[in-house]
Amino acid sequence: MTVMNYRKAIAEGIGRALRSDQRVVFLGEDVGAAGGAFKSTVGLYEEFGPDRVWDTPISEQAIVGAAMGAAMTGLRPIAEIMFTDFLGVCWDMVANQVAKARYMSGGQLEVPLVIRAHGGAGLGFGAQHSQTWENLLMSIPGIKVAAPSTPRDVIGLLAAAVADPDPVILLEHKALFDAKEDVPDEPFLEPLGSASIRRTGDDLTLVALSAMVPVAVQAAATLEAEHGISAEVIDLRSVTPTDTATLLQSVERTSRLMTVEENPRPCGWGAEIASIVAEEGFTFLDAPIQRVTSANVPVPFAANLEHATIPNADTVVKAVLSYS
Amino acid sequence: MTDSVHAESGTAPGAAEAPSTEGTDLGVVFGPGSPAVSDESGTAPVQLLTPEGERREHPDYSFDLDDEVIKGFYRDLVLTRRIDAEATALQRHGELGIWAQLLGQEAAQIGSGRAMGPQDFVFPTYREHGVAWCRGVDPLHLLGLFRGVDQGGWDPNENNFALYTIVIGAQTLHATGYAMGMQRDGVVGSGDPDKDAAVVAYFGDGATSQGDVNEAFIWASVFNAPVVFFCQNNQWAISEPIERQSRIPLYQRAHGFGFPGVRVDGNDVLACYAVTQAALRRAREGSGPTFVEAYTYRMGAHTTTDDPTRYRLSEDLEHWKLKDPIARVKAYLVRGGLADDAFFAGIEQEAEAMGEHLREGCRALPDPSPLSIFDQVFVEQTPELAAQKEQFAAYLASFEGAH
Ligand SMILES: Cc1ncc(C[n+]2csc(CCOP(=O)(O)OP(=O)(O)O)c2C)c(N)n1
Ligand SMILES: [Mg+2]
Repeated sequence: MTVMNYRKAIAEGIGRALRSDQRVVFLGEDVGAAGGAFKSTVGLYEEFGPDRVWDTPISEQAIVGAAMGAAMTGLRPIAEIMFTDFLGVCWDMVANQVAKARYMSGGQLEVPLVIRAHGGAGLGFGAQHSQTWENLLMSIPGIKVAAPSTPRDVIGLLAAAVADPDPVILLEHKALFDAKEDVPDEPFLEPLGSASIRRTGDDLTLVALSAMVPVAVQAAATLEAEHGISAEVIDLRSVTPTDTATLLQSVERTSRLMTVEENPRPCGWGAEIASIVAEEGFTFLDAPIQRVTSANVPVPFAANLEHATIPNADTVVKAVLSYS
Repeated sequence: MTDSVHAESGTAPGAAEAPSTEGTDLGVVFGPGSPAVSDESGTAPVQLLTPEGERREHPDYSFDLDDEVIKGFYRDLVLTRRIDAEATALQRHGELGIWAQLLGQEAAQIGSGRAMGPQDFVFPTYREHGVAWCRGVDPLHLLGLFRGVDQGGWDPNENNFALYTIVIGAQTLHATGYAMGMQRDGVVGSGDPDKDAAVVAYFGDGATSQGDVNEAFIWASVFNAPVVFFCQNNQWAISEPIERQSRIPLYQRAHGFGFPGVRVDGNDVLACYAVTQAALRRAREGSGPTFVEAYTYRMGAHTTTDDPTRYRLSEDLEHWKLKDPIARVKAYLVRGGLADDAFFAGIEQEAEAMGEHLREGCRALPDPSPLSIFDQVFVEQTPELAAQKEQFAAYLASFEGAH
């Protein structure tokens, strides 16, 4: 085991993939010689060189479009989009090309492509550099979507994504870069479509993703210590596929469900979770499902406004208290 | 790390060299750039004032305004550099979230900015503080934007200066559409010099790799739109050198899109003025777009969060310091006896006052009210938003009760 932060785990995960599989190449803007715009890919260019780590021109369409073409030759590209928001620049490639290649070729085309992007709010990057788009991406059939909340999952989910024969999008969160954890030194993977229970509890289930996981865990600790409420926290980890079983088993025990989402409310990933539980676990519930989300506004730049927009442990605690 | 970046451009194999067919030697294909790009000699930019401060003639471009105008430029250059330095310092003191320095690019911005008329319209990136100055935007607005105290900051229609754009390249398309609107307003090619207008779209060398920018070139070309595409080639896109974006000098790309391109010494304020003015004249009279490549150098970091020593050599910086955009104007004024000590001292004083104004003004900018996050999403608030706002107000009130 080695203690490592989330930022370092990104480079570690990509490095492991490059080391263990010659077909893996890594491409993106500023990822090579400079070690990444967030210093999350330091050392890869030095170890693997320009054959396998490509500093690309500033063109997101080409990054994803060419990575798709490279994947069709049998390479296993890991393409980085600097900010999740810039997936908007290459949306055709993501939503129309990559996601539909297998289906529209009757299964003849394989696009074993990983797209990674740094997303999320909390660091004062403003409306066009802070979004969480798990919900947009999960609405597109043909791509898998995961969002790690811990260093171990950064490495494990990336390993699973690289091994997967289908395109996978991994959304890493900028606000988690300094989170530390022990990670195994030997190869391992965390399967896509499996949630992780971060804290066990009996009174209600909090489902969270990415940077909302530590928020939910912190809220659960406060609820326990100050209000005697025992909350279970499920880290969904991947939204496509969704680990419905873990979710339903938990709600069956707790009979209450609250989602904690960084996206604005309409069509957030939690709406899908709520709908699954309403359909398949209705009889488990003692109360209506609740959702804590960001406000329906673009992420503001000012620190105090950004803070007001995004859920935090306090807003979650208050929501639970008015719920129970 | 920095060595390898530079070693690359030195050892570029010819593009014609067949890539190795065995193994994974993709470096031959993907690695180095063409040495022609970094060779400045073959593609001499338009220059009217040398780094030593000597005037030069050019067959196609001339600067024919008097020395009082040049003294005005000098003032603009010095004050712009001061605004930039103050903002950088304020960021270091935690007063701004981030700042994108323009250090080294003052002449490109003042030359082009002063060539415009009030009727022209500007679409900037995030680094055009000197152009903002020329357009009469209060620099405190720029600080407010980077401090994050409000959305926007200035009214684009007041100074014909659009808001900063940070998603690379998007503004070139907005510029093109705006120029097409001008065509329909009848303010292009009317023959009235006070009425005819054009758009200037600013962007960087890195942005030229974006699809948006290339699509803007095509549109402006086929619609003959009055756009001056003003590219500040500062040699870097964050950590990526120009070799990563182009194998030919950028201005030469314009030819393929069907309009003229010209490379100008971006550190020469007179040449930048003359070239932009000619391009604007062409656009306003209805002759279509021009690509201006202002060849310059980003002397600072990409932004205050960037550390350029990670990826580039300090020798380059030293080389470009000799071409400083301000020093050459001063040398010209001093050598010709066109400005005395009192003139320079006066400007220094003005810069000091500006610094104080910005330091005090920045700290005094009020923090926005939390409830304002719900404003300006739509003209008319949706019922869902109104309900969220009410809930949030109740949540905020719950803290007041706690005291
Ligand atoms: C679509 C998009 N991709 C990537 C970025 C991240 N980014 C910000 S500035 C920059 C470099 C731009 O370089 P250039 O166009 O040369 O302008 P300069 O910063 O040198 O003025 C990049 C890649 C972005 N803001 N938008
Ligand atoms: Mg640049």
